[in-house]
Amino acid sequence: MSELEFDHLNVWFGENEDRVDAVKNAGFTVPSGASFGLVGESGSGKSTILRALVGLVPTWSGTMKVAGVPMGKKRPRGFYKDVQMVFQDPYASLHPRHSVDQVLSETLKLHGFDDIEDRIKQLLADVGLGPAFRFRYPHQLSGGQRQRVAIARALAPEPSVLLLDEPTSALDVSVQAEVLNLLADLREKQHLTYLMVSHNLAVVAHMCERVAVMQNGEIVEVMSVHEMRAMNPAHPYTKHLLESSMGYKPNA
Amino acid sequence: MSNLLDVENLTVTFPTRSGDFDAVRGLSFTLGKERLGIVGESGSGKSMTGRAILRLIRPPGRITADRMDLHGQDLLSLSENEMNSVRGQKISMIMQDPKFSLNPVMRISEQIIEIYRFHTGASKKAAWDKAIEMLNAVSIRDPERVMRAYPHEMSGGMGQRIMIAMMLITEPEILIADEPTSALDVSVQTSVLTIIDRLVKERGMGLIFISHDLNLVASFCDRVLIMYAGRIVETCAADKLHEATHPYTRGLLNSLPRIDAPQSRLEALVRDPAWSTAPSVSARQ
Repeated sequence: MSELEFDHLNVWFGENEDRVDAVKNAGFTVPSGASFGLVGESGSGKSTILRALVGLVPTWSGTMKVAGVPMGKKRPRGFYKDVQMVFQDPYASLHPRHSVDQVLSETLKLHGFDDIEDRIKQLLADVGLGPAFRFRYPHQLSGGQRQRVAIARALAPEPSVLLLDEPTSALDVSVQAEVLNLLADLREKQHLTYLMVSHNLAVVAHMCERVAVMQNGEIVEVMSVHEMRAMNPAHPYTKHLLESSMGYKPNA
Repeated sequence: MSNLLDVENLTVTFPTRSGDFDAVRGLSFTLGKERLGIVGESGSGKSMTGRAILRLIRPPGRITADRMDLHGQDLLSLSENEMNSVRGQKISMIMQDPKFSLNPVMRISEQIIEIYRFHTGASKKAAWDKAIEMLNAVSIRDPERVMRAYPHEMSGGMGQRIMIAMMLITEPEILIADEPTSALDVSVQTSVLTIIDRLVKERGMGLIFISHDLNLVASFCDRVLIMYAGRIVETCAADKLHEATHPYTRGLLNSLPRIDAPQSRLEALVRDPAWSTAPSVSARQ
């Protein structure tokens, strides 16, 4: 069980006159095993929701629950075993002087596993990298391979929830297809719950069942992917986003 | 259609420890008063092509070509000084991210006025007025305030519009736009493209539009070159891009997720080694 619940979530940065409300009164539920998308433009607060959930932003109010357990000031024991995040830029999220082996074994040690050797082999196989990649450094990997390593690292503690922050926006479309296929396979095999942030509506439509559209920190619409594919959103902003994502139209 | 730019057998070479590496291999194309799209994955040589036209490849990199003519004038035989009067004045380039192409410690006004005065020798007052006019042309409200601002005070979309204003103030004949909207949100992207489109049409410029976004190029350009491993593998009319026949182009198109057509799995591109050794297709017209 790894249901995610957000209710009346507010996240802000700064104080007094400098205060910026990044997320305003957001509420949605992600059922266990589901895949939920957050879309919107930069600055709309979609990544901030993920960061607040994993405790990277201390200034928030409202309710966030993982599997029914409300989050407090500190994350409960075992939280980071259960909830893992994959970041946008695989060029920035891997330590340049740590080999793939170091990255994975450190994570495994931190989470108290002792059969590290076997697990590293299994993780690399899970993300479609051969054992030859084990002792490589990030600069010896392509963008898609790096993102696979980042996914392997996220999978190391055997989480049930993956938070995906624009996992393919730094990649070419052909590599994006491989990584999205990998994520879809992993979700099916390991019964993962996904909360995915993206500005690419087609990617979210491919990966998720439900989508929340954000604008200026507010969720303006939550809809199913079927509604999105039918191109009849309720909110004008969603319509605008959908139209813009279809390519260039001279009079748009 | 008269050709502004005529390129034949363009090659960009970088020496490496394991021998010479050709980033661009034998490219031939022409550019008229049209919107020419160049698409391909990262590393396919599309940006290198744009830079090579302006001779912006640093040594030890080398540019060679049988022909690289702007209006019949051979660009490769020009001296560095003569080249400086081509760059910015006859051919301008917009880079991907305005954060890195604007000088962070100069006011916007100084940057725009500098380029205009360098190429025209106009007075400060005339340059200021011209800059305001250009900022208006790229739909910037309150250009007086923007002129006095520093780049960090601008959003990405504003920054890119300022870049466009700066690159078009000299009224160049050719504009090379290298991923001009990749760093921008979709809605800002539309407005920036509308501005480029309008200015290109009004001023009768030639546009080279470099992008990795196939849908965008198909809907925005007139003609498309598809590059792979430094070569052109296919060229077609932009609105016919979705009927492209080369397996590489098809593979790229099929690997895109689509909103209107759900797929259970995306098609992964299977690369054929023959693509990178096949001769480059000519896109001369």
